[in-house]
Amino acid sequence: MNNSGVDKTRRQFLTNALTVVGAVGTGFVTVPFLSQMQPSVKAKASGAPVQVNLSRLEPGQLIRVEWRGKPVWILNRTEAALSTLAPLESELSDPNSAESLQPAAAQNSTRSLKPEIFVAIGLCTHLGCSPTYRPEIAPTDLGKDWQGGFFCPCHGSKFDIAGRVYSSMPAPTNLEIPPYRYIDDNTIVIGDNA
Amino acid sequence: MNSPRFNNFVNWILARFPLTKVWNEHLAEYYAPKNFNFWYFFGSLALLVLVNQFATGIMLTINYKPDSALAFDSVEYIMRDVDWGWLIRYMHSTGASAFFIVVYLHMFRGLLYGSFKKPRELVWIFGMLIYVCLMAEAFMGYLLPWGQMSYWGAQVIISLFSAIPIVGEDLSLWIRGDYVVADATLNRFFAFHVAAIPLVLVLLVFLHIVALHQVGSNNPDGIEIKENKGPDGIPVDGIPFHPYYTVKDIVGICVFIFFFSVVLFYMPELEGYFLEHANFIPADPLQTPEHIAPLWYFTPFYAILRAVPDKFAGVLAMGGAIFVLFLLPWLDTVKVKSIRYRGGIYKKALFLFVISFFGLGYLGMQAPTPSATIAARLLTVVYFSFFLLMPIYTRWEKFKTVPKRLTSNSSIGDRLPLIKQAISDITQDTVVTTKSGKTLHLKTPNPSGLRSASVDLAKKMKDSLD
Amino acid sequence: MKTLLTVIFSLFAFTCSASGKTELMHADIDISDNVSLKRGAEHYVTYCLGCHSAKHIRYLRIAEDFELNEDVVLKDIAPVGASIYDPMLSAMDKHDSKHWFGNVPPDLSLIARSRGSDWLYTYLKSFYRDSTKTHGTNNALFKDVGMPNVLWKLQGEQVPHYSDAENQVIDSLSLARPGELSPSEFDTVVTDLVNFLDYVGEPAKLKRQQMGKYVLFFILILGFIGYLLKKEYWKDIH
Repeated sequence: MNNSGVDKTRRQFLTNALTVVGAVGTGFVTVPFLSQMQPSVKAKASGAPVQVNLSRLEPGQLIRVEWRGKPVWILNRTEAALSTLAPLESELSDPNSAESLQPAAAQNSTRSLKPEIFVAIGLCTHLGCSPTYRPEIAPTDLGKDWQGGFFCPCHGSKFDIAGRVYSSMPAPTNLEIPPYRYIDDNTIVIGDNA
Repeated sequence: MNSPRFNNFVNWILARFPLTKVWNEHLAEYYAPKNFNFWYFFGSLALLVLVNQFATGIMLTINYKPDSALAFDSVEYIMRDVDWGWLIRYMHSTGASAFFIVVYLHMFRGLLYGSFKKPRELVWIFGMLIYVCLMAEAFMGYLLPWGQMSYWGAQVIISLFSAIPIVGEDLSLWIRGDYVVADATLNRFFAFHVAAIPLVLVLLVFLHIVALHQVGSNNPDGIEIKENKGPDGIPVDGIPFHPYYTVKDIVGICVFIFFFSVVLFYMPELEGYFLEHANFIPADPLQTPEHIAPLWYFTPFYAILRAVPDKFAGVLAMGGAIFVLFLLPWLDTVKVKSIRYRGGIYKKALFLFVISFFGLGYLGMQAPTPSATIAARLLTVVYFSFFLLMPIYTRWEKFKTVPKRLTSNSSIGDRLPLIKQAISDITQDTVVTTKSGKTLHLKTPNPSGLRSASVDLAKKMKDSLD
Repeated sequence: MKTLLTVIFSLFAFTCSASGKTELMHADIDISDNVSLKRGAEHYVTYCLGCHSAKHIRYLRIAEDFELNEDVVLKDIAPVGASIYDPMLSAMDKHDSKHWFGNVPPDLSLIARSRGSDWLYTYLKSFYRDSTKTHGTNNALFKDVGMPNVLWKLQGEQVPHYSDAENQVIDSLSLARPGELSPSEFDTVVTDLVNFLDYVGEPAKLKRQQMGKYVLFFILILGFIGYLLKKEYWKDIH
């Protein structure tokens, strides 16, 4: 071995060049490795819009449909239930749904396109449990002030019949409303608001 | 990077972990002979492929389902619906074949330069254990796509165990976990393929390298460089592995991944050698494919199995063909290591062995016609004679004197004029005028030059065998 | 030793020549030809999907890869009522088909990978009239196949010419009654269909081949710098 007369700068330059090009190559290789953990086409296919016929949905009845693997509630609210909404506003954390997720067309007092038909993703905004539907007025376990709504069994969050969360609850925002639209009077498409 | 805080952090680590020691012992102050040639790339390439198999294998398990009802479709799901799944899968399937190519060349290097001989017997044994693990890994992995070849290949190979007297039937039943290859078999092969054997492999690779670095690398001259140390205690003919062999291996790796990528992107099935056509049909326990053969890397042993007319003897022969490799350090008692200084007898024997290995590999892929069976029997005898007669035929071997110091290797740069000369010998310049009036200077093959060159080549080969 | 080698080599030569196969016609396909692929997909849905699913391909993927609008795919290719996310599934009941054809018609997603495109092309062109069969047709490449000639209206009817009539060894087929299409038009239909099947076998194939050259180019650059660095360091070694 003979280290005298070595062109140090050339050596350093080539080392740097190889490092940079090698790092770029490694970067390229990591793309497929990371992106193959993204939702696959199959997962996206199960996220396809869902059509629901509402003609048999009776007043007060709640049905659950699956969209993107999540429960979506469709509730036919009675006049009586709708009348509870306005007086409750002072007890809610976000009565006008300013902080919550919903399509612009559903950001109103009933949080829906048509007042009586309520569509929401049935997952608590706290940690993702599915709240239970409690339409009865003043049951023993929820207290005499309960006007009907949704109650999350995991951490006790309470929501009114429009999915709006009461103040000082673990859940930070109102229940999420998915994009949906009416094709005709009795059919809605969930997952598609175009 | 040279901030005091960073230095403090580094010192904190070094006080608690022997990073410098490991780095020096295995890279910066591991002295390797300076005359490594082409054959010495395959060790580090095998390590590279191992890493590739681990990385892509883990990614595949994310989407693969080890269930006989779902496995085949989940592989196609990876190929189509998963982002980049096709690339990961092809990297894994091409990597499997590449692993065997690299490992076979690595082992052949051992035969050429006597790398298995004292003091490297244990390195060879660990290497052979790695090879056996690889075979198990490849065999079990091949069941996972649950195609026709996966299914029937596994069926045939597991049935081999039933040839063992007395315990055979129970043993094969125990391996399968069912009366035929079934869901239970797939599930357990998955467990072994992705967890058990990889763990053993990593351990063995670790032991292989530790054992190697204890005794030092062999070289194309087969001379122990540790016998010639300078005043500083460093072998005179040794150079630090890092940076000299790391930079050299980078070049080797680039060449390797170039060829790897050609296969990966342009011919991932490689005409059915890397991915068999019949394996694109889902496993059907009611119908055997017309022609079944294992993947190319098992075919030499498969040919040996078929060459023996008795079932149990065939299994023994196949197992023996692998086992005999373990004995190599004790079969070849000759002190001279490198083929450069060994006599013509060993060269000829090795040449015949290579022919028998390729020949058996070819025959293992073909349908067993009577003439093919005779050829396979002949080659099986050649295969075993190479090993078992070694203690006898090496007695008459005449050796050349082994030099005390390493001889120098000519680099590609030195060889370039010779290559140019060879090309100009076999070609002739011709001037062609095209229709559009342009004149082209073409190099066309020169028949007489070609003839004399091939005669020369044949003579050289004959000389090199003596 | 020489005699040994001669024996080995002659045995090889013998085993090589022993395996003879039927000549396949060449399928002149091009998976980058989106127009041909679209026609092939339409033919597939019209003539094949009745019995054969291709469950590993979705209409959405077809729209993406053939650079077609999703609505065009749903209108021109997919059967009525299919969603763009649906895989190409046949509506036929498996139990019925087993009863009708003696076998469940296989899924054709991977048929081009297991059989090869030349085989498919030859197969689809090798049906001939055979009154001894239930369907009235037989196939020169796949003898006694359970599948009838679904393209007969387009192709017409072929009759066999035997080179060995006793053992029914077929030498060639010729058109006895012309179909709706001329032979060259029919060849285009079969080519498009095989092209589509080849695409379905591996939808990523085109992308893979297109990517390859960039990857190889990159590796060459990396290797070149690596070689310069190696030469630079190895100046130390004498």
